[in-house]
Amino acid sequence: MRNFWKLFKRNRSAVAGLVILLFIIVMAATAHLFFPEDPFRLVGRSMSAPGTNGFLLGSDSLGRDVASGIAHGAKTSLLIGLLATIVAVGFGTIMGGLAGYYGGIIDDLLMRITEMFQTIPSFVFAILLVAIMKPSIESIVIAIAVVSWPAVARLVRGEFLSLKNREFVQACHTLGMSDIRIMLGEILPNCLSPIIVIGSLMVATAILIESGLAFLGLGDPNIMSWGFQVGAGRTLLRSAWWIVTFPGLAILITVLAINLVGEGLNDALNPRLRERQ
Amino acid sequence: MSLLEIRNLHICLPEGSERPFAVEAVNLDLAPNEILCIVGESGSGKSLTARAVMGLLPKPHVRVTHGSIKMDGEDLVNVSDARMREIRGSDISMIFQEPMTALNPVMTIGDQIDEVFRFHVSMKKKERRQKALALLSDVHLPDPLQIMLAYPHELSGGQRQRAMIAMALALDPKILIADEPTTALDVTTQAQILKLIKEMQASHNTGVLFITHDFGVVADIADRVAVMQQGKLVESGTTDEVLNNPQHPYTQALIAAVPSLSPRQPRDQSAEPVLQVEALTKVFRSGGGFFGFGGEERMVKAASDVTLELRKGETLGIVGESGSGKSTVARCIVRLVDADDGKILLNGTDLRPLSRAEMRPLRANIQMVFQDPFASLNPRTRVGKIISQGPLIQGVPIKEAQAKARELLSIVGLDKRAYDRYPHEFSGGQRQRIGIARALALNPDVLVADEPVSALDVSIQAQILKLLDKIRERMTLSMIFITHDLRVAAQVCDRLAVMRYGEVVETGPTAEIFANPQAAYTKELLAAVPGQSWSTA
Repeated sequence: MRNFWKLFKRNRSAVAGLVILLFIIVMAATAHLFFPEDPFRLVGRSMSAPGTNGFLLGSDSLGRDVASGIAHGAKTSLLIGLLATIVAVGFGTIMGGLAGYYGGIIDDLLMRITEMFQTIPSFVFAILLVAIMKPSIESIVIAIAVVSWPAVARLVRGEFLSLKNREFVQACHTLGMSDIRIMLGEILPNCLSPIIVIGSLMVATAILIESGLAFLGLGDPNIMSWGFQVGAGRTLLRSAWWIVTFPGLAILITVLAINLVGEGLNDALNPRLRERQ
Repeated sequence: MSLLEIRNLHICLPEGSERPFAVEAVNLDLAPNEILCIVGESGSGKSLTARAVMGLLPKPHVRVTHGSIKMDGEDLVNVSDARMREIRGSDISMIFQEPMTALNPVMTIGDQIDEVFRFHVSMKKKERRQKALALLSDVHLPDPLQIMLAYPHELSGGQRQRAMIAMALALDPKILIADEPTTALDVTTQAQILKLIKEMQASHNTGVLFITHDFGVVADIADRVAVMQQGKLVESGTTDEVLNNPQHPYTQALIAAVPSLSPRQPRDQSAEPVLQVEALTKVFRSGGGFFGFGGEERMVKAASDVTLELRKGETLGIVGESGSGKSTVARCIVRLVDADDGKILLNGTDLRPLSRAEMRPLRANIQMVFQDPFASLNPRTRVGKIISQGPLIQGVPIKEAQAKARELLSIVGLDKRAYDRYPHEFSGGQRQRIGIARALALNPDVLVADEPVSALDVSIQAQILKLLDKIRERMTLSMIFITHDLRVAAQVCDRLAVMRYGEVVETGPTAEIFANPQAAYTKELLAAVPGQSWSTA
């Protein structure tokens, strides 16, 4: 673990990303302390510029506090990003693992299913799914997971394919170990690094997809979200720039931070890159 | 007058490495028309020395810090990159261990040879082609016209290495550096390539710097020998001096570790068979693809009608070159691969038709030791768990299994503290000991060892062979020992089965096969073993 931190620390931008990410997490966790009001509540004069009328980042056309929206929106973004990624990585790992380990017909079958999902452009597919299921946190998480798992499945399949023929796995066969134990106890721990890396990058994509859905009005109507804020303020871009700018920046910085962390994880966990330095 | 003069060469390693210098204070001289062998075990710095001459060190972390490398008086350490590029290929050229990776897979052999001419001399296209054809026929490649148009993957390993040699000699270099050029080849091919290098060297008057770890090869090819250990030159002299009258204790130890070609004394053995393989057949199919609708199926007969018998307490060697099916047979016996036909009788029970579940209780009786000590242990599992896993699966109580694992560690000669460590903390030889301990944990009747020492240095190899011998006596194991190295086979096996193209061509007691081989292929194999004229005590 200490060794891992040493490797991770070498990539300075990754550490910067981690700091930003931690800040956003703290912001999401403490949103209800600093902004105890519901972010949808109309709390003052509409269209106030940042710093006026007691609004740190201004207010929108209905008098909602933009800063409060960003703080509460952080919770939504991180929650959906994490949940969707966990579901996608879990399902993708199971599919890819089974396909890679058993090969043959099972592999053919599972991979053709995976390809079917990959043929549909992912954002359009996500819009379609949310529109069918009615916008809610669950439907958004499901939609994002459904469009994200094929990438994990392909990665895990490749890892399982190469690891299952390694001699240490064959040695387990000669000891009479069961398939489940070989998959979970022997092969999976050896491909955790790439899974962690792809998972961390996937959180960023999930946040982007969520914002996009909310921007189009397909977000959960009861929950504040950055994409919703941008969508609501887009017609006022020229008269009240702050309504779209600050949530937009929040999305940008969060996605950037997560990508930096993901890259740092890749540098630290990928043995081939490690040798290069 | 020497062609190449290396004086006080120091090559540093990146900070935090095991030792500060990869190569330290090395002095070497290479005369024209001479073959100088640099011998050493892995990590001795022999390859880096050669790469320094070519200016191919992985800079900036690994670089020459002191000393000079002079070729005809020109110091190669300080020349400009542009000059070095001129020198490479025209004055000094190199052949590598693995011709498949050294050749560009998407260019034909003809184009790759042509490139050498295009970069170094101005010649008309037709002339270049003539020259390339002549070179290919010089290295005895059949049908040079065909070879010119072939891609590397279409040639065999030996043919690729010949093409590499042709390319290296294209511009009549003064110095040829050969970095383990025959290590990846089969023994019969190796013999041919060695002969070719010697022949080309004589006809081109080249000085050859030949890097190898194999004393047999040294005996066959070298004029002079330099022995390296841990980056230092410990001994150098003519081949005869170094091989037959080594002065330095390290050289003496290395030479003593080379297995002798004279077979061991046969041991007493019972006639009772533990394992009988009858008419075993395995065909590999590839292709098919997309639910079988893809391309045409290809079939490779990896084992056809293989019949073997392993008697109680004996070691049966299966020898053969790569692709002979020896590993497939081993994998069929331990049921890693399902054979298509035949019988595998272990103490009278046929293993072949058993399902995985039915096989499980019988697993304990037959265990395997793998070739690659780096790939055969799970890098994320502690050594203690790796060894105790087998008994635990077979239902041994955890306390007992752990005690057994600790006992086995001491039997295979490892420290008790190894129990809680991870595999990457051990050297190749130590890992192989762990692999052996894992196989022994289940008290097997039969141990199948698939090339257990071929990835190891010669001195470690000797230790592992000794350990296997000791364990065999102590636990009355019967062993199937797969190897491509006839020297090792001579020292380990009571009986031999020689395989080729998936068939057993000859079986018999080791001494008999060595003294009086019957099959033509066995004779060929025996004749190709390097260093026969030189025999170790």
